[in-house]
Amino acid sequence: MALLEIANLTVEFATATGSLRAVDGINLSVDEGEILAIVGESGSGKSVAMLALMGLLPWTAKVSADSMLFDGQDLLGMNDKQRRKIIGKDISMIFQEPMTSLNPCFTVGYQITEVLCQHFGGSRRSYNNRAIELLHQVGIPAAETRLNAYPHQLSGGMCQRVMIAMMIACKPKLLIADEPTTALDVTIQAQILELLIELQKSHGMALILITHDMAVVAETAEHVVVLYAGQQVEQRSVKELFKSPQHPYSEALLNALPERAQEKLLNAIPGVVPGQMDRPKGCLFNPRCSYAQELCRQQPPELQDGILCHYPLVAPKPDLDVRTQ
Amino acid sequence: MNHQLIKARDLHKYYAVKSGYLQPSNSLKALAGVSFDLYEGKTLAVVGESGCGKSTLARILTMIEEPTSGQLSIDGKDVAKTTEKSIKKQLRQSIQMVFQDPFGSLNPRKKIVNIIQEPLIINTELSTKERHQKVLEMMELVGLRKEHFQRYPHMFSGGQRQRIAIARALILKPKVVVLDEPVSALDVSIQAQVINLLIELQQELGLAYVFISHDLSVVRHIADEVMVMYLGKPVEQGPNEAVFNTPQHPYTQALLSATPQADVEGKRQRIRLTGELPSPIDPPSGCAFNPRCQYADKNCQLNEPVMELYGDSRVSCLAVAQKRIGQLKAS
Repeated sequence: MALLEIANLTVEFATATGSLRAVDGINLSVDEGEILAIVGESGSGKSVAMLALMGLLPWTAKVSADSMLFDGQDLLGMNDKQRRKIIGKDISMIFQEPMTSLNPCFTVGYQITEVLCQHFGGSRRSYNNRAIELLHQVGIPAAETRLNAYPHQLSGGMCQRVMIAMMIACKPKLLIADEPTTALDVTIQAQILELLIELQKSHGMALILITHDMAVVAETAEHVVVLYAGQQVEQRSVKELFKSPQHPYSEALLNALPERAQEKLLNAIPGVVPGQMDRPKGCLFNPRCSYAQELCRQQPPELQDGILCHYPLVAPKPDLDVRTQ
Repeated sequence: MNHQLIKARDLHKYYAVKSGYLQPSNSLKALAGVSFDLYEGKTLAVVGESGCGKSTLARILTMIEEPTSGQLSIDGKDVAKTTEKSIKKQLRQSIQMVFQDPFGSLNPRKKIVNIIQEPLIINTELSTKERHQKVLEMMELVGLRKEHFQRYPHMFSGGQRQRIAIARALILKPKVVVLDEPVSALDVSIQAQVINLLIELQQELGLAYVFISHDLSVVRHIADEVMVMYLGKPVEQGPNEAVFNTPQHPYTQALLSATPQADVEGKRQRIRLTGELPSPIDPPSGCAFNPRCQYADKNCQLNEPVMELYGDSRVSCLAVAQKRIGQLKAS
């Protein structure tokens, strides 16, 4: 049985101009010790879906799902108090900006031990040794002295390590990393990704990695879910996706990478992700899709074998003229 | 041979940093000896971690700040020796800048037309009508639509904002554009759009770019020449192919191997770079990279390496000089 099972998750925001569907029917399942990547451009609902899982969305959000099971418990039906026992302990989340997600008014040691006190009780001081041990685990040198450091005294990479230390303090079963390396340099990015995978292996955690960087996906994850405008357009193993993407959007994302460019100009995807006001009729990707047909402009596609497309690119790729018929 | 636009020789920039009351101020060496040439229609990429002096270099090139020492010539004129204000103004017009964060670099209270025409108001005596005409032409050139004319920045997406920033930089018809991490705040698909725009503009207008970035896959795609910097100093400098196919300096090799690649087959050897950039106030003695370098020996801690030509690129490394480093396999 999977550790996390989400079926048909939908999140709607009540805005002044009507309701906005940020996440539209996502199905996920994560096994123990698995690395799942969620990919998509900004505005595709990656973060909102995970925040809904954590219960961190504001009251304007309406979350509904057929089922949202974590470790056999129904997350949707439980009240806030019960949920708080799980959040931060069994499921924890790392955010994109390490500098802004740590509290600048408290020392690093305070913030790490706070998590432990919340979930296991006891005094803050009794967890000092555990905090030092955690800082060692995430590779912070001179951990004893760093306990009394404030976040502004640390660099971005160090802050992200502290965040990770906080999040693994309670030995979670599932760690969600929301663009953990986007704000960091390449060398530090490599260090942090390596650290996450090392911890994931040694703790047997499941890891959900949210990113827009296909290269990061290729290097880390086993399975990948591609989101577009809140919809899940493709879900497959990373190897297969990179070899033969079946949804035109996945293919376009891969082709936009500079290293895949055949010539001087890159294969950019024209336009942007549709917002609340400019949702197209039919398939949401059709205005930007190079393969779009009349059917795509009229009728929204249905999920077939995990792919949301009228004309999936079945490997080996069909000729274009076959598709146009 | 193309026309030479920028000639920089041994640029230094020190900042005075107060360490405390009654204590002598330290000097922070933000730039320590940068030299390069930039020709018309070419792109020089400056690569390195944050804190290596990339942005300081950009500020000096755009004449926002003056170098502490060293020689900088723009379009054949020595910046330090030019005292006449009108010529300085001309030089400033010929070199423009695009900033990293398109959400921070556009004034949210101004309409797009006012943002793009501001350089014209300051630097030229054109009438409102002529200015608007120029703005419209420029907007078309960078792929913005006419109806965007009277809109505010918040109505645009990140990619479009970067187009606005590029339009503002190009309105004075500069010869050199300094791009300070122009795509690192953007999504991959939008990043491709902006890079394509930059390449097209370069071909059309014969612009020279100084492309500052830490994303090596982008640099590899766009650059003609690459300069890898570490703690204010260039450590390797050479043509694109040479730097990417046969990286020689250990830092370049580490940077390249740290860049994730969209390739699920074949795992590459990865060079582990431990630690972070040391403080430029108190740089390590000898070679600045020695505490993080896997090839470092005693010699590296004592002596400072100098830039020398090896193969196609110039490298500043003692281990390379002594042939102690094997080639990293080209990825």
